[in-house]
Amino acid sequence: MLELLAVLIDGVTYAAWLFIVAAGLTLVYGVMRILNLAHGSLYAIGAYAAASALGLYVAKGFAPWGMYPLLVVCAVVAGIVAGLAVERGVLRFMYGRDPVVMLVVTYAVLLILEDVIKLVWGVDAYTAYQPYQLLGRVQAGPLSFATYDLALVGVAALVAAALWWVLERTRRGKLLRVVIHDTEAASALGIDVRRTYIVTFAAGATLGAAAGALTAPAVSVAPGLGVEVIVVAFAVVVIGGLGSVAGAAAGALLVGLARAAAVHYAPEVELFMIYGVMCLVLALRPEGLFARPPPRKI
Amino acid sequence: MADRTTLGFIVAAVALAAAGPFLPKWLAYLIAVSAALALVVSGVVVLMRAGLVSFGQGLYFCLGGYAIGIGGRYLGLTDAIGLLGLGVVVSVAVAAVLGLLLARYREIFFAMFTMAFSMILYGLISKSQALGSTDGFNIAPATLAGVRPAAEAAQLWIYWLCVALAAACGAVLNLYLRSGLGYGGDAVRGNEIRVEYLGVSAHRLVYVKYLIAAALGSLGGGLTALISGHVGPDMAYWTTSGEFVFVALLGGTSNIAAAYLAAFLFELIKTYAFEYAPYTWQMALGIVLLVIILFLPSGLWSLAARRRA
Repeated sequence: MLELLAVLIDGVTYAAWLFIVAAGLTLVYGVMRILNLAHGSLYAIGAYAAASALGLYVAKGFAPWGMYPLLVVCAVVAGIVAGLAVERGVLRFMYGRDPVVMLVVTYAVLLILEDVIKLVWGVDAYTAYQPYQLLGRVQAGPLSFATYDLALVGVAALVAAALWWVLERTRRGKLLRVVIHDTEAASALGIDVRRTYIVTFAAGATLGAAAGALTAPAVSVAPGLGVEVIVVAFAVVVIGGLGSVAGAAAGALLVGLARAAAVHYAPEVELFMIYGVMCLVLALRPEGLFARPPPRKI
Repeated sequence: MADRTTLGFIVAAVALAAAGPFLPKWLAYLIAVSAALALVVSGVVVLMRAGLVSFGQGLYFCLGGYAIGIGGRYLGLTDAIGLLGLGVVVSVAVAAVLGLLLARYREIFFAMFTMAFSMILYGLISKSQALGSTDGFNIAPATLAGVRPAAEAAQLWIYWLCVALAAACGAVLNLYLRSGLGYGGDAVRGNEIRVEYLGVSAHRLVYVKYLIAAALGSLGGGLTALISGHVGPDMAYWTTSGEFVFVALLGGTSNIAAAYLAAFLFELIKTYAFEYAPYTWQMALGIVLLVIILFLPSGLWSLAARRRA
């Protein structure tokens, strides 16, 4: 029973992290039909920005509670700057190409960003464990969890709620859904598709950077951080159905719980759980849980 | 035989083989490595002709390499040809299973699923202590036709093996791509449903191409392992597969020979870039890739083709 509780809590905290990473990926795909391989690099940029800013902040000896708003500010600034640079600098010249060509384009962006990260932050690892440590741990009987990880669940829920509210309850979200549904009709109706793309990509990049910034206190930030993330994030997104935010949440929960169960009961298969769940879901529903199959065009 | 590309492969192979003993060591090494790379890339090109981008050829590249290592270490198999054969058999067997799933998918789904499968192998090997975990292991020197050549002669043997295999595969692939089956790939890329209306199974066409690419990837990986004497899980990491895609796009897909020239160019530049610009090498690759996609979508080969026209 106790172990079950541990699996549940581990699974949900891992799912929270997965959702924040995957939400940006699926949002950008849903609107722009671009599967952004460089999403992992944006994640890494967020992590580096947060880790180096926290390092400065702590060294100056400012009030410790200020570290949390600083994390958020870092994520937003890094995400918007990097996102705009990628969209304005590269992607806008490529719109209208095959989705698979866009995939290669984002791969090129990933290669460039990986070296930019090395040039800006060097190849040494950064650590910024203070925000993680400050929150301490929660005791639940014999089990103990890091409060920071639990707080991440709240953040993920907040992100999910905010995305839902913007997409379903605001005028801008309604316009965005029109663009998703039919780009040509949207621009014929006077919606500025170009601007929608810019805003969407910056928002997606910010979500990626936020995931990185929030992870930075829990890990050592070193080169190669972002390259791993994209494969897992893709698995999550494809389980839920590419382009669906609700799908990303469902996928994150499935993968998170499956992985936590594997870690506790059968550690040797941990790695396969993610892909195992992905293959199982796709065998039953080839388009993912929440996406509709595309119409056949002759 | 009237085909210029096939003829070119034969002439180049004979010339390179004859020149082998007189080439400086670094150049012979470079040619051997490029030949191995070109084999993998030509597999990527075969898939690309059908509109499929595989970000997971590292799976077979790695299987081919580890077949050489494991065969020599645990199975007592030392013959280079036998070991390469083992790698191809294993790879094609794996591809025959994975292909059943993958042949249903196109575009980004195909790309990302191939990537996921190669990452599974990467994880498997990284966790296996017996296989040297993330460090990999050194492979035992192979024999050729029952003879164990001396260290000096071995390099020349491997060079000849690379050149011969690469040229033979190149010539056969050229004939394949100009056969009905080969053009079937272009048709699948153009319009799959019309292919089906013509009574041809697009699914089966893609499946066969996937098997061919797997065999080529495995051969390239095996040769790379023989040349370097070392195998590691990085061979299956998805960025390795990304390099194969890069080289395929650099050359272009209109002629199989483009993959060979691009592979040589890539290895040549890589040698110098690692020395002079270790921190900006990937950035340079990324920028070149963007430039090609924007201005030269049919690769470097289209420059030559344009001049002829």
